[in-house]
Amino acid sequence: MKPKIAFFDFAGCEGDQLQVANLEEKLLDILSHVEVVSFREVMTGHSDDYDIAFVEGSITRPEDEARIKDIRSKAKYLVALGACATIGGVNCIKNFMSPDVYKERVYGTSGRWYSTYAARPLKKVVKVDAELHGCPIDRSEFARVVKELLLGRQPWIPDYPVCVECKKAGNICRYDLGRICLGTITRAGCGACCVTEGAHCWGCRGVAPKANLDAAREAMNKNGFDHKTVRDLLRFFLGDTYAPL
Amino acid sequence: MAKVEKAKTEAAPTPLPAKGKKINVHYLTRVEGHGNIVAEIDAGGKVSVCRWEVPEAPRFFEAMLIGRNYQDVHHITSRICGICSIGHQLSSLQATEDAFGVQISEQTLLLRKLAIHAENLQSHFLHVGYLALPDFMGAASVLPLAASHKEEVLAVVACHRTANRMSDMICGRTIHPQRMVPGGFAKLPTDDDLKNLKAMLEAIVPKAKAILDVVVDVAGNIPKFHRQTEYVALVSDAEYPLYWGEIGSSKTQRRPNQLYKDVTREYCLPQSTAKWTKGVDDSYMVGALSRFNLNHDKLSHLGKEAARKLGLKAPCHNPFMITAAQLVECFHSVEDSLRIIDILLARGIRNETPAPIKTFACKGVGAVEVPRGILFHAYEYDENGRIANADCVIPTNQNHANIQRDLDALLPTLATLSEADIELKLSMLVRAYDPCISCSTHHIDLTGDSNKLVKFIRK
Repeated sequence: MKPKIAFFDFAGCEGDQLQVANLEEKLLDILSHVEVVSFREVMTGHSDDYDIAFVEGSITRPEDEARIKDIRSKAKYLVALGACATIGGVNCIKNFMSPDVYKERVYGTSGRWYSTYAARPLKKVVKVDAELHGCPIDRSEFARVVKELLLGRQPWIPDYPVCVECKKAGNICRYDLGRICLGTITRAGCGACCVTEGAHCWGCRGVAPKANLDAAREAMNKNGFDHKTVRDLLRFFLGDTYAPL
Repeated sequence: MAKVEKAKTEAAPTPLPAKGKKINVHYLTRVEGHGNIVAEIDAGGKVSVCRWEVPEAPRFFEAMLIGRNYQDVHHITSRICGICSIGHQLSSLQATEDAFGVQISEQTLLLRKLAIHAENLQSHFLHVGYLALPDFMGAASVLPLAASHKEEVLAVVACHRTANRMSDMICGRTIHPQRMVPGGFAKLPTDDDLKNLKAMLEAIVPKAKAILDVVVDVAGNIPKFHRQTEYVALVSDAEYPLYWGEIGSSKTQRRPNQLYKDVTREYCLPQSTAKWTKGVDDSYMVGALSRFNLNHDKLSHLGKEAARKLGLKAPCHNPFMITAAQLVECFHSVEDSLRIIDILLARGIRNETPAPIKTFACKGVGAVEVPRGILFHAYEYDENGRIANADCVIPTNQNHANIQRDLDALLPTLATLSEADIELKLSMLVRAYDPCISCSTHHIDLTGDSNKLVKFIRK
C-alpha cells in the first residue's frame, strides 16, 4: 500500500507548497509512490487518514495550537516545511514589537478583533520528526527527503554552514566586498543560492549546529558592522533562534 | 480519484431545515490560503445565508516593516506571498524608488517587464491548468487528468515549467528571488540566457495553443452569469500595462498612483470599526478580466486571437471568464516577452550597476499589475532610509467585496440545484477570482455589523 501524505499550512506565504507544485514532472514521479490525501492548494478532497504530514507556516495564534496538535496526533511522521515552520522565519519580526502597537498599526481600532501571539516554529508546540529548511524550500531537497522517508531513513540535512557551499560555488566572499552575510553561521543545503544571485545569506535555514559563532562575531566586528545592522539581519529570519552575535 | 469528488466539509453536520439546503465549504480547495463559503437556502427557496469567510491567520507585515532599511524592505514584502513574490518585490521597489527619486535605466525597466511577464505566466498557467481547468472537466484536481488527458496536462506542465525557468533566468529564483534590488539588478542575465529564453518561449506557443483548444472545447461548461461591476486596473496609452501605468477605472477618471487611496477608498465605519475597500460604488474587481476590459485593444496579436477564439469580448461582466482572460494574457505575455527580448538582444546586455541611492525623509508609491490585479505598496521613509510607515493594498483584498456581491447575485439562481451542484458552482466562482488569501496583510473586518460584506472569523 502506498504511504498516504498530506499537506497543511499555518501562517506563511504557501511558497513551500508552491515549490512542491513546481517540481512539475518530478512531482508526477513522486505521486506514483505515494497517495496524496490532502493538498488544499492543489486538489479538492481531504482525508484524516495519513502517514506523513508536511506542515508549512508558523504558529501565530493560540487557536492554531489545537489544529497542529490534531494533525500531530493523526500523523505518524511530521515534517516541518520551510523557514516559517522550522525556525519561525519572518513571522518572528513582529515578536520584537508590542502586540498593541502592531495590531493598531495594521488594523487600527479593529485590532482587538484579531487574536495573535508571538510567532513560533512548529517544534515549540508539537514534536517535529524532520525539518526541511529554507525560504523557500529547495525543490530537489524536498524530492530527496521524500525518497529517504519512503526508504524508511531519517532524512539527512547538512549540519555545516553555507560558507562551505559558497566556496564550492566560487562566489567572492561578501565580507571581501564590504557586505554583511550570515553564511558564516547558517545551515547549508541551499548551495549558497542567494549569494550566487548577488545578494547575501539571510539565515533562512537556521543556525548550523556546528557554526563557529565566535569566528562569525569576529568577522562582523573586524569589518565594522554596527549593532543595528547585525541585529536587523538576525531578526530577519532568526528572531526565534538564540544566535548570540 | 477519477470521478468527480465533492468538496468535503469538515464542520459538524447540523440538521437541515425541512427541504432547505445548507452549503458549508470549510477551506475552499485549489486556492492559495484559507477561505470558507457558507450558504443556506430555506425550504421556500429563499437565500437566508450567503457568506465568503476568510479565516487566514493575520501576519502584520505593514508593522514588521517599521524601522527596516530600504535595502531589506522588498525582501520582507516578498514573503507576503509565495505565488506573487516577484510582483510584491516590483511594487515594493517601485515605491522605494519613487520615494528616493531614483531613475532606473532602460535595461532595468525592460528586465522588470520581463520579470512581471514571467510571474503572470507562471501564476496564470498554474491557475488555468492546475486549479481551474479540473472544474470545467469535471475532475477534483489535475491529478486524475494526468491519466485521462495526458498530452494536455503535459502541455500545461511544459508551459508552467518554462514560466518558472523564465523567472529563474531573469530574477534568479521563482519564489522570493534575490537579483532585484533598489535601482536595478544585483546580477544580470547574459545574452545567452536571453537567447535560450527566446527559444523556450517560442517553443511553448504551440503548447499554449493546445491548452487554448482544450479550454475552447470546454468553454460551454463555463457558467453564464453576468453582473456588472466596476473594473479597476492600470491603464496606459502606450501599452497593455503590467509594470507601470496610471490607475484606470470603468466608472471614473484616471488617477495617478499616488492617489490610490481615493480609488481603493479603504475607510472605517464609525459603528463597526471596519476597514472597507470600495470603488465608486460598493465593490470593484481587479485582475485579468479588469485588465482585459480596460486595455483589450492594446493586447498583442496572439492575445487578441485567443480572446476571439474564447468568445471573450470587452466589456465582459461574467466573473467566471476571469480564467479565460488569464489565458488570453498568457499569449500576450509570451509575445510581448519575445518583443522585449529582441530589443535587449539588439542592444546587448550592458554590465550596469544599480543606480545609486541617497536617503532622505520621503514618501513613495508603487503600483504593479500582478496576476490577481493591481497591487499597491506605499512607504514613508525617515532620513536614514528606514521605514516610518507602510501600506500594502493587495489585489485579493480588493476583490473580497466583489466576490461577496457575486455570490449574493449567483446563489438565488441556483436554488433548484442539488447541494453538491450549488457547492460546486459557488466554489468555481470564488476559484475563478484565483484568490490569494495568504497575501492578506490587512483584512476588511466587519464583525458586528449586520451589513457585513466579508466576515473574518475568529476560530
